[in-house]
Amino acid sequence: MGADDVYRYHCRRAGLLRVVIYMGLKLKALTRSPWVYHLSTGSCNNCDIEILDCLTPRYDLERFGIVLVGSPRHADALLVTGNMTMKCIPRAKEVYEQMPKPGVVIAIGTCSLGHGVFDGSYVMPKTVDEVLPVDIYIPGCPPKPEGIIAGVAKLLTMLRQKA
Amino acid sequence: MNPILAYLIFPGFCFTAAVGMLASWIDRKVTARVQWRVGPPLLQPLYDFVKLLGKETIVPRGASRLTFLMAPMFGIVAVTLCSTLVWTAILWPGKSFGGDLIVLLYFLMMPAIAVIIGGFASKNPIASLGASREMKLMLADELPFLLAVFVAVIKLDGHIQLSKFVELQQANGMVFSSVSGVLAMIVAVITMQAKLTLIPFDIPEAETEIMSGPYVEYSGPPLALFKLTRMMMLFTLPMVLVLVFLGGMNFQGMSILWSILKYVVLLVLIVLIRNTNPRVRIDQAMKFLWGPMTFIAIIAVVLAFLGW
Repeated sequence: MGADDVYRYHCRRAGLLRVVIYMGLKLKALTRSPWVYHLSTGSCNNCDIEILDCLTPRYDLERFGIVLVGSPRHADALLVTGNMTMKCIPRAKEVYEQMPKPGVVIAIGTCSLGHGVFDGSYVMPKTVDEVLPVDIYIPGCPPKPEGIIAGVAKLLTMLRQKA
Repeated sequence: MNPILAYLIFPGFCFTAAVGMLASWIDRKVTARVQWRVGPPLLQPLYDFVKLLGKETIVPRGASRLTFLMAPMFGIVAVTLCSTLVWTAILWPGKSFGGDLIVLLYFLMMPAIAVIIGGFASKNPIASLGASREMKLMLADELPFLLAVFVAVIKLDGHIQLSKFVELQQANGMVFSSVSGVLAMIVAVITMQAKLTLIPFDIPEAETEIMSGPYVEYSGPPLALFKLTRMMMLFTLPMVLVLVFLGGMNFQGMSILWSILKYVVLLVLIVLIRNTNPRVRIDQAMKFLWGPMTFIAIIAVVLAFLGW
């Protein structure tokens, strides 16, 4: 159930004004404290290291309330890096299902957009967005930490406007 | 004051939660400043809490549903009760009853027990590992903590009523001003770190090895309650120490500032210990708490009996 479905469900259940306030608060809180889970689906480790760079004191993502969590059950956002290899497809799906909704998926790196330099490989039948519902793509090989932060900030602005 | 209102609103749930969130923000902000960062905004703990309340609750397949969902309740009810007892003794000494120190010490253990119950109920090997570590840590830190509190009881003529702690310490000077009191306070501060499961004793939820341990299967509102319990413990446990060793709080005139300073100093001490230490292993923690810490606590008890 995505954020929109939850919204519609609550609209049906109670008065519209109350729901707008309630959902607004909820989505606002969601955009103010997105906890991220880092999922590598067969990347070359380059994007992963750039993600770790984002979480260092130099870039200070805690300003936006972004915290790295160790369990997909605590996550609001999946940071997916890399090609979707055949072995990773069922696992990535499982991790996505374990993430409590509402949640978003962020695809990081050129490989997760298409297949990058690995295009046409026989072990990579699908791209990330054919397996998971991706909300935002951040290109680059690897994207700079500034680029990742800019992408996530754009996503949060988008969600806030939706609220 | 109506006891139900006291439990739910003023010294109880709402007040403790609000101050706990503030304490948690101070913790995160000071940590950020130590690491030369800006840190989260003031309302960050509230955002986290509200966000978690709005998320889906997932119960893992094969887990004991009732126990899994009840465990966070035990913790939060117990910590609220502790805070209410402490603040009742400070604000309305007449409402305090004989032996409420014992009740307080028992209920201070409950949040850890709730974490253990929740971890074992979630049917996850990592959560079980975290829960068993939490249990060992609890066994290790109870002994020195109780001995340290015992020192205060001896110094105050064997009273086990919290309002007497405030009254006698404000009349005769605080326990901390004696040799045995200083030793007991050192032991209590270190065991407090273990009771709050903060670094160096964050072994049960070591993020880098057993991804948040007992909490690994929790999501949504139950996780929010666990997080809130931790924030409230960050307020309640230093307040217990302020009450037992530093003579409680006094809200007349300028002594308000002095009273708040006692809590803030303890909080900053916790944050600084947290930021300047590595995590120890569970066997090192047990050796440390049952060895040197218990030894110092026993010396403090002996000194207290001798009248130092």
